[in-house]
Amino acid sequence: MQLDEFFVTGEPLIYGAMVSIALVTAAIIFILTYFKKWGWLWREWLTTVDHKKIGIMYIISALAMLFRGGMDALMMRIQLAFPGMNFLNAQHYDEVFTTHGTVMIIFMAMPFLIGLMNIVVPLQIGARDVAFPYLNAVSFWSFFFGAMLFNISFVIGGSPDAGWTSYTPLAGAAMSPGPGQNFYLLGLQLSGIGTLATGINFMVTILKMRAPGMKMFQMPIFSWSTLVTSFIIVFAFPILTVALALMTIDRIFGSQFFTLTGEGMPMMWTNLFWMWGHPEVYIVVLPAFGIFSEIISTFARKQLFGYKAMVWSMIVIAGLSFLVWVHHFFTMGMGAFVNSVFSISTMLIAVPTGVKIFNWLGTLYKGRIQLTTPMLWSLAFIPSFVIGGVTGVMLGMAATDYQYHNSYFLVAHFHYVLIAGTVFACFAGLVYWYPKMFGHKLNERIGKWSLWFFVIGFHVCFFPQYFVGLDGMPRRVFTIIPEWMPLNVISTVGAFGMGMGFAIFVYNIYYSLRYNEREKSGDSWDGRTLEWATPTPVPFYNFATVPHVEGLDAYLIMKEKGQTTFDEANLKPIHMPSNTGQPFIMMSIMFVASFGLVFEWLWMAIAGLIGVIVMMAFRSFDYNDGFYVKVDEIKRTERSARGL
Amino acid sequence: MSAHELKSGPLEYRSSQGRMNILGFWIFLAAEIVLFSTLFATYAVLFGRTANAPTPGELFEPSTVLVMTFLLLISSFTCGIAVHEMRRGSVKGLITWLIITLVLGLGFLGFEIYEFIHYTHEGVTLQSSAYWSSFFILTGTHGLHVTLGIGWAILLLIQLAKRGLTPVTSRKVFIISLYWHFLDVIWIFIFTSVYLIGMVV
Amino acid sequence: MAGHTGRFPVKHVIGFILSIALTLLALWAALGSDLPTVWIIVSIMALAIIQAGIQLFMFMHMIESESHNGHVPWNMIFHGLVLAAIVVAGSLFTMYSGHGSGGDHDGDMKHEQQQEQHEGHTEH
Repeated sequence: MQLDEFFVTGEPLIYGAMVSIALVTAAIIFILTYFKKWGWLWREWLTTVDHKKIGIMYIISALAMLFRGGMDALMMRIQLAFPGMNFLNAQHYDEVFTTHGTVMIIFMAMPFLIGLMNIVVPLQIGARDVAFPYLNAVSFWSFFFGAMLFNISFVIGGSPDAGWTSYTPLAGAAMSPGPGQNFYLLGLQLSGIGTLATGINFMVTILKMRAPGMKMFQMPIFSWSTLVTSFIIVFAFPILTVALALMTIDRIFGSQFFTLTGEGMPMMWTNLFWMWGHPEVYIVVLPAFGIFSEIISTFARKQLFGYKAMVWSMIVIAGLSFLVWVHHFFTMGMGAFVNSVFSISTMLIAVPTGVKIFNWLGTLYKGRIQLTTPMLWSLAFIPSFVIGGVTGVMLGMAATDYQYHNSYFLVAHFHYVLIAGTVFACFAGLVYWYPKMFGHKLNERIGKWSLWFFVIGFHVCFFPQYFVGLDGMPRRVFTIIPEWMPLNVISTVGAFGMGMGFAIFVYNIYYSLRYNEREKSGDSWDGRTLEWATPTPVPFYNFATVPHVEGLDAYLIMKEKGQTTFDEANLKPIHMPSNTGQPFIMMSIMFVASFGLVFEWLWMAIAGLIGVIVMMAFRSFDYNDGFYVKVDEIKRTERSARGL
Repeated sequence: MSAHELKSGPLEYRSSQGRMNILGFWIFLAAEIVLFSTLFATYAVLFGRTANAPTPGELFEPSTVLVMTFLLLISSFTCGIAVHEMRRGSVKGLITWLIITLVLGLGFLGFEIYEFIHYTHEGVTLQSSAYWSSFFILTGTHGLHVTLGIGWAILLLIQLAKRGLTPVTSRKVFIISLYWHFLDVIWIFIFTSVYLIGMVV
Repeated sequence: MAGHTGRFPVKHVIGFILSIALTLLALWAALGSDLPTVWIIVSIMALAIIQAGIQLFMFMHMIESESHNGHVPWNMIFHGLVLAAIVVAGSLFTMYSGHGSGGDHDGDMKHEQQQEQHEGHTEH
């Protein structure tokens, strides 16, 4: 292979990106070397098994991916603003919408939420870490290297261009030769392994490590949403694993699963993809529901209305999420009977979702509402999500779907549910739990500016797309006709509003770090659940003494009784896991193996896989059982953290 | 996290970490069921799509398949005996029965490799047609699991010889026994829905 | 559970004999009996499910009070099997109830729609 085939060439935009990637990398290396921070990076972050630090790394990576996916979005909006634009050519446009979709779902939404789960769930249930801290680090690094692998396709080898759904036969070897599609397959595969492990990890954590006395129906609602999400992950991700593996084997080893030759069945890919893909939608939206429930309850200063109904509606949604996948391809031609069955099951999902909407409204009713930034994000969510949900029911009717499918109406619908649901929740959750993570709040005034820019920009961007879709504009076209121009111009303006909102949000992180006052207590918002019972910054062992839980909103009860998580008389040594560099090393070898497979250099892939197996064997012989934190050290840490 | 240590009961359940690992593995096995069911679904959908290649009825040999099935069934039984010995506290019994299990597993693998080579000589490969792709990947994924299980069990045998029975080693043995029995469950379905149905239809 | 501590593993031996018998029965049903094909498939699948149950309950100790894991293993495996049924039956249902198995297109509208779909995708 020639060097000019290895690197992507011939695009000024990509040359610019290469230069900026080189500069940023050089700058990071320089700063780490100049301030002698390499040891710190390794000891504190790369080898950590602490759920809070892993959560922070997830969120930082997710914000970086949000930036990348957002840049893709802005490039598309520039190209589509006017007819005959020459900003991106057809090929480049295809690559950009493919990477935009994939990055946003797999490398932004999920890791962002998993990051919040990592930080919050063990604290909420009164645990000192997750059930398998080592595995948690493996999960993070597999996501991280999967995301890296997918993102380097941009400068090395060329990006995938068959859409985030990558339908065969278009995505097969015959019509998409070269490494681009392999980057998609292996990037997703690598990060998917980590997601599955996370699902198992959180299920065991929540089922086995709750504080004494905490019954299932006394768990905070975000922990419940995590449990239900983990359940979906455990059952949905293996389907993706297989689907990706089959397409990889098709492309690299010449099997005939999804090909047009050898009696292969390209539609089987679509079927398998959406068997995972629809549950995936709920994997990114159920935790969002959990976040909004926590925030609305905290800032309405009321117990969550209809707590049990909320839990059961999530369970019902989880069950139904596995029974509706066909609505993503009604027009593929399964026939009226199949379509009717899935049309009905699809509309059923609106029922438990409606229950949740009314419960949020019920929580707000007669509450003493505090309009903080996280609360405003949550309030913005409710009507926006309803618009997305109602248009979803329209799309769910198979007969009318023949009109809407493949148009901007659909694009508008899923952005309304995914942005108003997931992205608003990510921002809301980050602002809400930010003081727990970093010891200071984000500035409220700047936070509200970023919120208004983002929310208004969002509606300006996507509301017109419903209408331009009804006017007949198909999705995934790189150029528009003059009739569609006015609505597209509005849409582009809105997209830049969202970009502005994100920029202000990032600036707020910097501003608050410099100027916002530090938290004095751990209870930043007068919270109701156990994460606020810990001091800020949270000691690495979380709870000096694990509280005994007596009901829903456990910390509220503790505050009424004057209890804390620092009961000096009952301190005992705490057992904690040791840091280890193995997950990082193992997954970086896995990265090398996957990279080899992308370019079909089998020697490299095999060598890498052997390396991974050696690392696993090494782990099997590793009997390091962690260490005990001494009572004196706990006393010292707690006294300084609590200002005693 | 060392709370709730138990003084009695099987060794593998005594520490809370042991109980959590075993529970986590059960959840993993549930995920594995879905993984294999996706492969079975692909196999079922692509059934009969042999293109110009021979059909399964022409190639499958009842005797080979039966030998493979019995090897795996017996190995599942001996693996169960190994755990039985472990719970009686006999390291020697455990190691002996585990080695017997491994030998049977290796025998199974040998027959599977022979079977694949035989089919290749008859002119069907992974590339022949959609049906044969799904056949090789379904049975091959099971075979790969068996291979990994054998490698894993060898590592455990070394640890058992070095450390004897502790809560950690017995937990590891119990987990691999779950894995091994589970592979037998999968094989029962491969035997039934791939080989028997392939020979009948 | 006496079977664990006793000298002779009664439960395992019974399970083993049963699984051998069920395997032979399935083999006979498939290759030796004169049942219609559909009934062969139904009966041998039923035998496979019984055998899987033997492995899970008699060999794998799925329900054991000493594990302190309650009904979770059983619950997860049960849901795994439900999902397996959805994935296999659902795939067959969606892939084969509309447009037949490859060859027998009945020239209806759906087929044309499907063609358009594919063309649409290759253009973008």
